[in-house]
Amino acid sequence: MAKQKKQLLVCGGKSCSSHNSEVLYDNLCLELEANALENEVSVVRSGCFGLCHLGPVVMVMPEKVVYVKVNPDDTRDIIAEHLIKGRKVERLLYHDPVSGKIIPEEKDFAPLKKQMRIVLRNCGIIDPENIEEAIAHDAYEALGRVLTEMKPADVIRIIRDSGLRGRGGGGFPTGLKWEIAYNNKSDEKYVVCNADEGDPGAFMDRSVLEGDPHAVLEAMAICGYSIGAGKGLIYIRAEYPLAVARLKTAIRQARDYGLLGDDIMGTGFSFDIEIRYGAGAFVCGEETALIHSMEGLRGEPTVKPPFPAESGFRGKPTNVNNVETFACISPIILKGAKWFSSIGTEKSKGTKVFALAGKINNVGLIEVPMGITLREVIYEIGGGIRNGKKFKAAQTGGPSGGCLTEKHLDTPIDFDNLLAAGSMMGSGGMIVMDEDDCMVSVARFFLDFTVEESCGKCSPCRIGNKRLHELLDHITKGKGVPADLDRLMNMSMVIKDTSLCGLGQSSPNPVLSTLNNFREEYEAHVTVKKCPAGQCRDLMEYFIISENCVGCTACARVCPVNAITGERKETHTINPSICIKCGACIEKCKFDAVIIR
Amino acid sequence: MKKIKSLADLRKSKADTLARIHAKEKIRIRVHMGTSGLASGAKEIFDFLTVELEKRSINGIVVGTGDMGYCFAEPTIEVTRPGEDPVVFGNVDKLKADEIIEKFIKNGYYVEGLLPVNYQTIN
Repeated sequence: MAKQKKQLLVCGGKSCSSHNSEVLYDNLCLELEANALENEVSVVRSGCFGLCHLGPVVMVMPEKVVYVKVNPDDTRDIIAEHLIKGRKVERLLYHDPVSGKIIPEEKDFAPLKKQMRIVLRNCGIIDPENIEEAIAHDAYEALGRVLTEMKPADVIRIIRDSGLRGRGGGGFPTGLKWEIAYNNKSDEKYVVCNADEGDPGAFMDRSVLEGDPHAVLEAMAICGYSIGAGKGLIYIRAEYPLAVARLKTAIRQARDYGLLGDDIMGTGFSFDIEIRYGAGAFVCGEETALIHSMEGLRGEPTVKPPFPAESGFRGKPTNVNNVETFACISPIILKGAKWFSSIGTEKSKGTKVFALAGKINNVGLIEVPMGITLREVIYEIGGGIRNGKKFKAAQTGGPSGGCLTEKHLDTPIDFDNLLAAGSMMGSGGMIVMDEDDCMVSVARFFLDFTVEESCGKCSPCRIGNKRLHELLDHITKGKGVPADLDRLMNMSMVIKDTSLCGLGQSSPNPVLSTLNNFREEYEAHVTVKKCPAGQCRDLMEYFIISENCVGCTACARVCPVNAITGERKETHTINPSICIKCGACIEKCKFDAVIIR
Repeated sequence: MKKIKSLADLRKSKADTLARIHAKEKIRIRVHMGTSGLASGAKEIFDFLTVELEKRSINGIVVGTGDMGYCFAEPTIEVTRPGEDPVVFGNVDKLKADEIIEKFIKNGYYVEGLLPVNYQTIN
């Protein structure tokens, strides 16, 4: 092979493919051949650039010039101008809408820099089972500086000034939390890391622990120094075996290196960390329930106050932070409070990791600055909705949160805006739903979860959620009446107002938010007994359109309950009282004669 | 293993490891082996690459790491050729891994499945 001089990357993401990137690819290959360049230049399909709104995208390597909105007809220009004459094709370059400037190269290309990795800085970069690699990537440097150059009050001030808020869901200012624990005098204090990630669909804590466990260990030691604690505990669910194994290795290595244990780095400060296992109960993510579970008691919450910072683990002042919160600490110490607070919105600083799941093309973890819009997350980073369907809603905050709809697409995402929109940040799960998802079923699904996970201590949550779930179940089965909607509303408010802990106080949120945003869908279920999304099986009816039916008998033969009758070459009919709505006939019919109505 | 007794010790350890990692002329491959990667078969790719680099006498090292978050494209691997930027490839099976060795590692040609970098780092 002759040495290739240039390579063209053509975005092969789903969105670009639907805008003719395949034809573009073919044209580029043909055009190269026509110019006898096929040995010098190669064309390669790449994964999604996350520039779906600017697609199809072509990047010329090695100079990293990005062309946007490239039509199949533009290939001649790219090859004749750029590759042969060495001049950039100006009309295909990105014009920055704010400054009006032309941005030719990848390094200045703002839309390609939407994500910012602070929490995930070392995930996928270092070998989590090798502490030396972690140290090479700045692990324990912040701890070293804190122990040698700062007083506890200085550290707390930096964290407070950075504006960091708890990433577990509530968004409580971390610096303030540390300060309260610091001010409570006691001979013994504890630092607890909450790794009981219970939101369905959220897995950022797991990824951090699996990819960069030292980030958490170091931050816990920093916290211990700041509040005056000598002992740290990590509460992690036993369902995360890989994270547990890597944490154990990391703790052992840190002890061997003298970065945990007595007299860390010769400064006289001692701090050690132990692991406590959880059985995966959702309520144990609540800090008082978590502490009880660690003490060997039932994982039930207690009324606050007293807050854990006053009386927590074994009655001693305890500071509980989430994995992601801890993972933000060392960069803040190393780069300063000002740097961190320059990222994000006025009241929510820094970045947030989201776990994208559901009907979205690029399922996975992303880390974005606070204040990014839902549109950017879904249509750019997430690569858009699967199979080109229409976006309907995104559930944030898991079973405690609510849904964001089309009208929220351009709202900047931060703690306060999400609350105002009737949802919450939660731990960062983001489940994307398309036009085929029934919102009543979605609410029922989340209630399923909370009913299962309610600890049973207080009656509003134990009984109320069960009744709420029953009502929703009735509605999806076509047994609902219009008055049920008000009943849902009232019951939700009572459960919210009277439950003991965060679980019950937030469990009706999915009901309230779907009811507020998609009331017409609920109404269709209770009045005309139809499910507009076509998902509630009990409200569907399979029907054969006589004009389309040719009487091939294929559907009748595949029906498992013999609900379809009809002579050969005559229109067939489905008997709704026998039909079990399995959908086999629809799949079999070649003439689109079977429909759901 | 040496005990780290001061901040100076820590910084020395950092410098030593960095010098080792960035040793010249060595190909560095990271196989992303978090839960998501492992579930899609990352261990098999890790073993394959380790054996094949040796067999094809390529001076390189294969390291297992956590996941980067590209769940839609697991297993993913990252290849760094000496003096070049790292490149991530997604949906890697043995066939793809073989293609990556022959085309990219040996000659620097990209192969299909490359995942463009779409984030900024803090360093």
